[in-house]
Amino acid sequence: MENSSDDSNLGDESFNLTGISGANFWFDQGFTRLVYFFAVITVAVLFLMSSVIFSEALPAIKQFGLGFLWGKDWDTGNQIFGALPYIYGTLVSSAIAILFAVPVGMAVALVTSENFLPTSLRTILAFVVELIAAIPSVIIGLWAIFVFIPVLEPLQKWLANTFKWIPLFNTEDPSGTNMLTAGVILAIMILPTMAAISRDVLMAIPKELRSASMALGGTRWETIFRVLLPSGFSGIVSAAMLALGRALGETMAVTMVIGNSAQISASLLDPAYTIPSVLANEFAEAEPGLHIGALSYLGLILFGLTLAVNIGAMLLVKWVGRKNK
Amino acid sequence: MSGYIQSETDESLVAELCSPLPTKRLIFTYAMNAIAFGFTGLALIPLLSILWEIFIRGISGLKSEMFVKAVIDNGFGNAILGTIIMVIIGAILSIPTGIMTGIFLAEFGQSNTIASFVRFITSILTGVPSIVVGVFAYGVIVLVTKGFSAIAGGFALAVIMLPVIILTTEESLKLIPASQRLASAALGGTRFQTTFRIVVTTAIPGITTGILLAVARAAGETAPLIFTALFSLDWSEGLLSPTASLPVLIFNLYNDPDPEKSQLVWTTSIVLLGLILSVSIISRLVIRQRRIK
Repeated sequence: MENSSDDSNLGDESFNLTGISGANFWFDQGFTRLVYFFAVITVAVLFLMSSVIFSEALPAIKQFGLGFLWGKDWDTGNQIFGALPYIYGTLVSSAIAILFAVPVGMAVALVTSENFLPTSLRTILAFVVELIAAIPSVIIGLWAIFVFIPVLEPLQKWLANTFKWIPLFNTEDPSGTNMLTAGVILAIMILPTMAAISRDVLMAIPKELRSASMALGGTRWETIFRVLLPSGFSGIVSAAMLALGRALGETMAVTMVIGNSAQISASLLDPAYTIPSVLANEFAEAEPGLHIGALSYLGLILFGLTLAVNIGAMLLVKWVGRKNK
Repeated sequence: MSGYIQSETDESLVAELCSPLPTKRLIFTYAMNAIAFGFTGLALIPLLSILWEIFIRGISGLKSEMFVKAVIDNGFGNAILGTIIMVIIGAILSIPTGIMTGIFLAEFGQSNTIASFVRFITSILTGVPSIVVGVFAYGVIVLVTKGFSAIAGGFALAVIMLPVIILTTEESLKLIPASQRLASAALGGTRFQTTFRIVVTTAIPGITTGILLAVARAAGETAPLIFTALFSLDWSEGLLSPTASLPVLIFNLYNDPDPEKSQLVWTTSIVLLGLILSVSIISRLVIRQRRIK
C-alpha cells in the first residue's frame, strides 16, 4: 500500500534501493531518538535517585560526618543521631537469613534440578517455591505475628532457658519478636531467590560432567558434592549475594517481627532494629531538618550496602561467564 | 586356610552384588536424600500455612459491602480505589519508558557498550530496596508538592515497576526470530516499521505478561507508600491528598485493639493476596509456556 506512491518516482530513486527518504526518513530518525531518550531516562532515574537521597541526607552528613556510622545514640528530642544499632541489626538479621536460606535453598534447587522426581512434579515444585516471592511482605509479616511467632516462642524460651550460658541465647524470657525471628522470616522470604537462581546454575552445568562422574562409579551425592557444586560454586555464591541484597532491604515483615528496639546485644533473642524498619516507622512523622536528614542518611547507607552486594554478584556472574568461554 | 579365605571372598562378592555400595557410602546417600527432601518439605510449609491461615481467617469476614465502604466504616473500598489509582499512575509513568528501554536493549544494540551499560543500570534498579525508592519519591514529590499524595505513591510504584517491565520486554523481544526482522527489512520496512509492526506486535503477549507481573509486584508494595501516599481512613480528597492502599491498611491496623478492625485486616489480606496471586500465577504460566515453545 505504501509502495504505491513510490511507484511513480521509481525512476528517480531506482539507484537508491536500500535508502529511505522523505517523511519515512524523519520518522525513523525521530523514532531512534525517542528510543534513546527513554533509555537515557532509565539511566537517569538511578543517578537522580542517588543525588536526591544524598541531598536529603545533606543536613545530617554535614552535622555528623562519618561519625554517624558508629554513633550509638538515636535521640530525636536532643537531635543526636547515630546509625550503628541499625546497621548492626540489618547485617545480623540478614546474616541469619542467609545461614538458613542457603542450605534449604540449595536442597530445593537440587531436588528440582536433579532427576529425583518426575519432570512434571519438579516443575510444579519449583513453581510453588517461587510463588513465595509473589506474596506481599506485609502479609508475610501478618502471618509471622499471628501464626509463626506463637509456634516459635516456646522453642525460643526453651533455647533461652537451656543455653543461657551461650551469649547468643542469653535473654531473660524472650518475647518472640526478636532478631532470630526476623532472621528466620527473612530466610523464608529470600528462599525463592536462592532456590531459583541456584536451580538455573545447576541446570546449566553440562550433562557430560555428571555422566563422567557417574561412569567413574560416583554415587548421585558424590557427584553432587565433588562435581556439580564445585563447578557451579561461583554461580551459587552470586545467588546467595543476590538473596542477601534482598534481605538487607526487606522492610515490612522485619518491622513487624524484630521488636524495634535500637540496641546492640549479643543475644539473638533480644529485640533489635534495622535500617528499613526505622525508616518505615519514623519517616512519615519525622521533623524536616536533622531528623529527616538522619533517616535519609540511613537510606543512603542502605542504598550503598545493597548496591555493593548486587554489583558484586553481577560482576561475579560476568567474570565467571567470561572465564567459561 | 585357603578354603576359608575363598569362602569369605565369595560372601563379600555376593554382598557387593546385592548392594554395590559400602555401608558408609550407602548411609551417606540415604542421609543426603533425607536431608534434601526434608529441607524441601520445610520450604513448602510457610507457603501452605500462609495461604491456609489467610484463607481461613479472612473468608469469614468477607462481606460484599466492604468493597464500597471506607476503612472508617469497616470496609476497604477506599484502600482498593487508592491501590488501583496509584498502580495506574505507576503504569502510566513506567510502561512507555519500560517498553522503549526494552526495545533499545533488544533491537538497538545487543553488543554495544551503551546497551550493556543500560542493562547494568536496569539490573541495579531491580535490586534497589523498595524503602529506598520511597525515600527518593519523598524527595522528588512530597518535598516539592509539600504533602503526601497519591501522585507521590504512584511515582514510587513506577520506579519499582520500571525494571520489571524493561527486562520482560527485552526478553520477549529477543524471542522473536531474526528472520522476521530481516524479512521486514527486505520488503523495505524502516527500523520503526520493523520494530513496531513486526517485532513489538508479535511480542505483545509477552510484554503484557511483563506488565501484569509489574502490576502484581507494585500492588503488594507497602514500604514505598508509607511515607509517600501515607494513609487515610476515609475516601481520599484527590490525587494530591493522602491516599489509602490495601498493603498500608494491613500494616497500620494489624495491631488495632478493635476486633472489627483486626478482622478487617485479615479480610483485606485475602482480597490483596487473591488479587496478586491470580495475576502473577497467570502471567508466570504464560511466560513459562512461551519459553517451552
